Amino acid sequence: MAVSTSKNRKSLSLERKESIWGYVFVSPWIIGFLVFTLGPLLFSLYASFTNYDITSRMDWVGLQNYDTMFNHDALFWKSLQNTLFYVALNVPLTTIGSLLLAVALNQKIPGMRYFRTIFYLPSVLSGVAVFILWMMLLNPTSGLVNVALSWFGIEGPAWMVDPAWTKPAVILMKLWAVGGGMLLYLASLQGVPEQLYEAAEIDGAGALRKFWHITVPMITPVLFFELITHFISGFQIFQEGYVMAQDQNSPGSPMNSLLFYNLHMFLKAFRVYEMGYASAMAWFLFAIVMVLTAINMALSKFWVHYEGGDNR
Amino acid sequence: MSAGTIAGAGTSHFQSRKTKQLIVKIVLTIVLIGLSVIILAPFWWMIATSLKSLKEIMQYPPTWIPSEWHWENYAYAWQKGHFARYTLNTLFLAGVGVCSHVLSNSFIAYGFAKIKFPGRGLLFSVMLSTMMIPSFCTLIPQYILFSKLGWVGTYLPLTVPGFFGSAFQIFLLRQFYMGIPNDLIEAAKIDGANHFYIWSRLMIPLARPAIIVVAIMTFQGAWNDFLGPLLYVSDESMFNLQLGLQTFKGTEAVQWHYLMAGSLMVLAPVIALFFFFQRYFIEGMNISAGTKG
Repeated sequence: MAVSTSKNRKSLSLERKESIWGYVFVSPWIIGFLVFTLGPLLFSLYASFTNYDITSRMDWVGLQNYDTMFNHDALFWKSLQNTLFYVALNVPLTTIGSLLLAVALNQKIPGMRYFRTIFYLPSVLSGVAVFILWMMLLNPTSGLVNVALSWFGIEGPAWMVDPAWTKPAVILMKLWAVGGGMLLYLASLQGVPEQLYEAAEIDGAGALRKFWHITVPMITPVLFFELITHFISGFQIFQEGYVMAQDQNSPGSPMNSLLFYNLHMFLKAFRVYEMGYASAMAWFLFAIVMVLTAINMALSKFWVHYEGGDNR
Repeated sequence: MSAGTIAGAGTSHFQSRKTKQLIVKIVLTIVLIGLSVIILAPFWWMIATSLKSLKEIMQYPPTWIPSEWHWENYAYAWQKGHFARYTLNTLFLAGVGVCSHVLSNSFIAYGFAKIKFPGRGLLFSVMLSTMMIPSFCTLIPQYILFSKLGWVGTYLPLTVPGFFGSAFQIFLLRQFYMGIPNDLIEAAKIDGANHFYIWSRLMIPLARPAIIVVAIMTFQGAWNDFLGPLLYVSDESMFNLQLGLQTFKGTEAVQWHYLMAGSLMVLAPVIALFFFFQRYFIEGMNISAGTKG
């Protein structure tokens, strides 16, 4: 390290110049993070201990919002239950569905390209138009779903009208778009080295064993990533409950069966302006998501396999 | 086991195996065709319904092909739903969104990918972890912030944040930049280019595929944005297509032919985009899959 001082100084200033460039380039994100993420998060943490209503009052009320939430708001529990029901059904179903689809499409079949396009198409569509489409398809009498079920002698449920069937109806709609995850799995399946399969074949491994002992371990990183993002996005379900409500003037209807956590929070914040209470709900959701993510990460050590062995 | 024994023992075994594989492929193809029909049926149902008369929609059993083609349903929906206005609004929001996201995220990602500075690793992991924050947790305080700024009722809350980057897109572009050799940057530096020049003249053209992915993603997001306009826009002349369609749904109740015509018009541009840029949709997936592995 004993270089002449002038050269040392020059490289130091060069390094500093380089650092300044670095900060300049990432500065928009830093500003955005402070102003639109960290600042708001801290503010809402504070607001969750107040009776803030955005216009007139902001008094410290301690844990009252949290107390109301857990002990005096039946709709809070209802909305949490609805959301957990949705996540618990939707995450495994879409994961298994898209993985199976990806495995099927990874075979050398003529027309694979077209299949891939068809299965992926529904997942690029979203928003109100898709919800309206499914409200029509799920119409109890004239909807395509129940018409198709009647061909097999099955009398379909009343779907969006029957509180017991609204959430399964939403999940059915989500399964239509299962191709979105499929493409991600397909990309990672194609990254599994062919030699591994060849070697296993020589050892006499059948299709199922190859799938279980080669394919699954090789794609666990993507599987893991997808699970985490699905969990997080599952807890954020909102629009379906708002748009697909039986009565447009009462989001979450019928009988609050589509009142998801975020919808309840939204209504508290922007219909009755109980911002403090809604902030408390937001922080509780944040805590749930963080705990579940942490559990997921901890469990991942046991099943996620990283090529090269370094547990990134 | 030597190569000879495999070849010797394998002929008949190999034959039966080949037929087995063929059968598997045929069965699989049939299953996939069946699934494709199920996936595509809603689209056809939507098109057929949009062209029927209300009387025909109510018929039981339903018809697969409209007996009369009522193209005027589209004109009705377009007019009655004020779709012209909402399309313009949506295109404006999407246009600003695409420009701001491409610009900011490619800029920020370059800093994370190609410039060494103290704290880079830490900042990058903070950025990644923000992806896990449920958006509703920041939604309420952001609304408060924008309302204090007097921005509620304008497009500013929907457009300004785009200029400050979004974590997933920064991540995606950074991964793409990482694949571009550093020698290129070093060579440009020797020629006297600074980082701004390298980013704007060298990196953006090279990262074109990833930038198109970001642009498509942003366009889709803006086109389908419901919550943002629902919160920040109240004047009906400023609605985007999603809000417009939601209102249309309220006024037309169970007039499925009009609702389907309206919905199809909202979906059509995204479907067209998908068919034109399919390669890039898949590219985006490949970048994500490759890096999460």
